[in-house]
Amino acid sequence: MTDHGHDHPHDQDHPHGPIGSDEPPPAARARALEELLVEKGVVDRDDVRRGIDWLVSRSPADGARLVAHAWVDPAFKERLLADARAAALEVGLDPGPSPVVVALENTDAVHHVVVCTLCSCYPKALLGPPPDWYKSLPYRSRAVSDPRGVLSEFGLTLDDDIEVRVVDSTADVRYLVIPRRPTGTEGMSEEELATFVTRDSMIGVAQPAAPAAVAS
Amino acid sequence: MSYRVGQRVRVAARPHDGHHRTPEYIKGRTGHVERIHASFPNPETRAYGHDGLPEQPLYLVGFARGDVWPGDRGRDADRIYVDLFEHWLEEAE
Repeated sequence: MTDHGHDHPHDQDHPHGPIGSDEPPPAARARALEELLVEKGVVDRDDVRRGIDWLVSRSPADGARLVAHAWVDPAFKERLLADARAAALEVGLDPGPSPVVVALENTDAVHHVVVCTLCSCYPKALLGPPPDWYKSLPYRSRAVSDPRGVLSEFGLTLDDDIEVRVVDSTADVRYLVIPRRPTGTEGMSEEELATFVTRDSMIGVAQPAAPAAVAS
Repeated sequence: MSYRVGQRVRVAARPHDGHHRTPEYIKGRTGHVERIHASFPNPETRAYGHDGLPEQPLYLVGFARGDVWPGDRGRDADRIYVDLFEHWLEEAE
């Protein structure tokens, strides 16, 4: 075993910790940063609490409402594609602090998938906190270099004639994917349709859930 | 706004010491302007306690995947879109 530069069995006592373990874990670093910011008067405890309360109050159900409404109302879909921030406000949803929110429509010819290669920019106001994989280095690097490979690992294999569009959310704009409405959902209510709109389908790494097959 | 939708633009290949929002993989690549979003405070100065003024126009620029990752196994016709600030763009022929 030579994975950190010398030979010995790994079940015996170590004179050293695992390589890289001298860096405090992220939670401890975040805590230390918060203490410093409070001490310097940049934020106070209530700001932090309000920020956390806001974040955990949001969920993919908010984005799903927007998508389901667009599925049943073509005029609303046009407004959503033209200005997603205004469209969210129109249906009583808070689009978040970003002044520009863009909705990307998946069709039978085009499939969008969103990534932030530089950090973890994400439409939190409409989808809640991002999943851990969205913030991981493998997703962030491979989504732009090998999008079809990444999508297939999520269980989504796209036909060659569908154009994949990776959108790298590197700045102030937030992106939300409008997935394709599943077949077999004709005549369903907006509330029922919203249950098919998963978080992953609004990031673009999955299709919406399929309605259960109805026994004939 | 110096660039219009549909115009071909090249991303500046310059190195930048410090915080900036232009990913390395897209520097030096040529694409076309897909959208003009709005103007935003410049993150390169805002990150260091300044006001980020003057604001910089932000564009969504589209690239053919094959131009960004030439010669690999992916599908060249797929596309990559990146939000880029105006001062990172140059006119391309």
